[in-house]
Amino acid sequence: MSGLTDKTIAELRDGFRSGEFTAVEIAEGFNEAVAASDRLNAYVEKTPELALEAARAADAAKASGDLKPLSGIPIGMKDLFATEGVLTSAGSKMLANFKPPYESTVSGNLKAAGAGMLGKLNMDEFAMGSSNETCAHGNVISPWRREGSNAALTPGGSSGGSAAAVAAGIAPGATGTDTGGSIRQPAAFTGICGIKPTYGRCSRWGIVSFASSLDQAGPMAKTVRDCAIMLGAMAGFDPKDSTSIDAPIPDWEAGLSSDLKGKRVGVPKEYRIDGVPGEIQKLWDQGLEWLRDAGAEPVEISLPHTKYALPTYYIIAPAEASSNLARYDGVRYGLREMVEGGGLHDMYKATRADGFGAEVKRRIMIGTYVLSAGFYDAYFTKAQKVRALIKEDFRKAFETCDLILTPTAPSAAFGLGEKMSDPLAMYLNDVFAVPASLAGLPAMSVPGGLDDAGLPLGLHLIGKEMDEQTVLNAGLAIEERAPKIDMPEKWW
Amino acid sequence: MVSDYRIQGEQGEYEVVIGLEVHAQVVSKAKLFSGAATAFGAEPNTQVSLVDAAMPGMLPVPNRECIRQAVRTGMAIEAKINKWSRFDRKNYFYADLPQGYQISQLYHPLVGEGEITVSPDEKNPDKTKTIGVERIHVEQDAGKLMHDQHPTKSYVDLNRSGVALMEIVSKPDMRSPAEAGAYIRKLRSILRYVGSCDGNMEEGSMRADVNVSVRKPGEEFGTRTETKNVNSVRFVMQVIEYEAQRQVEAIENGEAIVQETRLFDPNTGTTRTLRSKEDAHDYRYFPDPDLLPLELDDAFLEECRASLPELPDAKLKRYEDLGISAYNAAVLTAEVETAAWFDRLLATGAEAKDASNWVNSVLPGILNAKDVDFADPRNTPEASAEILAMVAKGEISKGQAKEVFDLYLDEGGSPADIVEKKGMKQTSDTGAIEAKVDEVLAANADKVAEFKAGKEALFGFFVGQTMKAMQGKANPQVVNEILKAKLSS
Repeated sequence: MSGLTDKTIAELRDGFRSGEFTAVEIAEGFNEAVAASDRLNAYVEKTPELALEAARAADAAKASGDLKPLSGIPIGMKDLFATEGVLTSAGSKMLANFKPPYESTVSGNLKAAGAGMLGKLNMDEFAMGSSNETCAHGNVISPWRREGSNAALTPGGSSGGSAAAVAAGIAPGATGTDTGGSIRQPAAFTGICGIKPTYGRCSRWGIVSFASSLDQAGPMAKTVRDCAIMLGAMAGFDPKDSTSIDAPIPDWEAGLSSDLKGKRVGVPKEYRIDGVPGEIQKLWDQGLEWLRDAGAEPVEISLPHTKYALPTYYIIAPAEASSNLARYDGVRYGLREMVEGGGLHDMYKATRADGFGAEVKRRIMIGTYVLSAGFYDAYFTKAQKVRALIKEDFRKAFETCDLILTPTAPSAAFGLGEKMSDPLAMYLNDVFAVPASLAGLPAMSVPGGLDDAGLPLGLHLIGKEMDEQTVLNAGLAIEERAPKIDMPEKWW
Repeated sequence: MVSDYRIQGEQGEYEVVIGLEVHAQVVSKAKLFSGAATAFGAEPNTQVSLVDAAMPGMLPVPNRECIRQAVRTGMAIEAKINKWSRFDRKNYFYADLPQGYQISQLYHPLVGEGEITVSPDEKNPDKTKTIGVERIHVEQDAGKLMHDQHPTKSYVDLNRSGVALMEIVSKPDMRSPAEAGAYIRKLRSILRYVGSCDGNMEEGSMRADVNVSVRKPGEEFGTRTETKNVNSVRFVMQVIEYEAQRQVEAIENGEAIVQETRLFDPNTGTTRTLRSKEDAHDYRYFPDPDLLPLELDDAFLEECRASLPELPDAKLKRYEDLGISAYNAAVLTAEVETAAWFDRLLATGAEAKDASNWVNSVLPGILNAKDVDFADPRNTPEASAEILAMVAKGEISKGQAKEVFDLYLDEGGSPADIVEKKGMKQTSDTGAIEAKVDEVLAANADKVAEFKAGKEALFGFFVGQTMKAMQGKANPQVVNEILKAKLSS
């Protein structure tokens, strides 16, 4: 049944409920599309039987009038979420054969809401990367191509598999995680929506840790409404995560409204950084126009410390990662490399040398360095202080505005291989995304249009703590006004 | 009290300076950050949760009971409780440390400064010294490596991994092995009173890192060494004696003391280098981003304080106020079980001094002779109370009391029934005794005359005759009094 895979989650849900098609038909449609998508390398593990199982349950639930919010909807799961009995590799050779005996809270919440799982989605190794090229399973190729070119492009990262899957119609929605832009940048690169909620909204329990104080799960889908639907199922207090927020989850879908009367949109003056391409600036101006059209009032704000956000992020995130990844030592699970006649330390060295890729090693080394005696205060302590100042910047800014608009990334998707030799250029991809991560604020990327080469560009909305609704509403206002992006034709 | 413990070197006297870091396993059914059980001696790897094994994506959640126990312990040593504290990660690789880091508290410990009053000389418990406690923080224990299971491989048991420890750090206030021993004994006693640690050193529930340096009296502190994981009071004292002697010899040989970590060998009573400062780990401590700062509210602190029992010092003072000697009071209060037992005895209305003499001087002899443990279920305070009550009422003599208890241990039942059954009950019925005394005196008029003439030794004879006439069941004191009265009239 073709056409089903082009639909949004809301359309699938409503069509399923009205009897237009069955959940099994939806699952079979996506399973088929997934099976025919190997050239994209978006899935590292396919679970068509799980998608079907949930679909059969959904059809039965429909018959008995026992529907759940996501009954009938199959989704893709980023391979960072522990899924019971199903490969959970975090994109790493270290966990190449790891099947956890437990289910992450977020994936469990989605299951409990009736969602099925199409498979596990490729990603940068341990979520460290902005192009999906650090993955042990090989990179994802974006379904997008520049006009008149067959050059393989990045879908962005680290949630590149999730972004590519949604854009290619091999999942109506997917989970992502965002530590410093890993939901938002790939969403922007692939012309879809993605929201990172307030830090603590989604439980981190069962998500393979990268940087604990920054990691946050969120949905990636074609529309703002789909994001609201998915996020509602994913979020919630979890006593198993000490940093989880104990607060009720609003009905974000019901609260959707693109009427922004009375809302003030902040535009940070410091963000007009050198080297932002003209078309990004143009899009930004256009985005502000759309929000004004929806009733919002633009105001200039100042975020003076955000210029230090990227270096701050690249101290704190690697520091936490260097410690979080110490558990991959070959002793209890995952890869173990033994050295003939060697001892414990030889095993550590061989296992970690072989199990981690170059980017992960680079960040472990940076993190170890900034935490070392003699450097701790100069780097880690200072970064923590700057982080506090950045949070304070946002707090002050939100005294005069209700949300903030910026571009999501400084460019459209780049070609695979273009930036791998220059880590700093790669890190710059997240320059707009990182401040909200450091401040733990909800932030979303929505498509704003296409660049001259026909590639999607994203607009970035940052909200007050716990105010995902305003972010979603502003996203909806842009979505209603931006030119409709047609997803790429299947070439894979 | 000032210690006169000195190491005699060839170039004069040296004073030893000691600080102790005691790791005490917190009494709790669950681990510090996971719900796994904590029983000692379980089969390897049967008390391990996903968190303890550091599976990918697992997160720590503080166990309220462990925090509560540490707070109560802090309160028991009059320490400052920090309402805001934080967990830090101590990073190092080892096979018994699944996370690759230990969650501890370096920068902001749960408990701040406190103090413990100790009696280094057990014979003179009144001579006390106050030892400062720098801090108490909570942290995770590591697992255990087993090297004896396979010829070439080591095995890991994670049962202990993640169990809550309190690290109780003293100030460098101790100056002799005796003071250090007294400190550990007193600390152990307090922990056991509070119920926050079982104090079982053989099972590793309490272990000490012993910091030792030497100096000429009055000079600056010398360089210290730290001897790790010493697990008995005796060994701690041995470490200090050995280290102090070794350091003095080194200094006098012109060698510098190296700040290092050492290991104690109980077989030889010596210590050896484990790793020097150059090889010391860089633990890369930083705040654990998986955990929020620990904030305690007043209600929680009040509950902790209200739940504290009477502590050893207060109990000792109460006993002394009841007339019990300082020595006896110290013995009675040292172990929480003994003190609780004794309080039950006092609660029956037993006179404190008599009860103390009975428990300190009489009971141990009887129990030892029969090889019966003090904790034996037969040795109830109620049984002793019954016996003490009969002695107090004059129903049995002190000598009989021992006999009754002895019989009670053999036969069970109640001591009063035994006295009744065996016909051991003395009478204090003055009328009955007086009648017999009259008979005895009348029958021995010649001896009465001799007595009155000055042969006072005959008094015992009259007592004996009266007791015989009473078939041994007269209260000797009453007999004495009546005889004295009659003979002096």
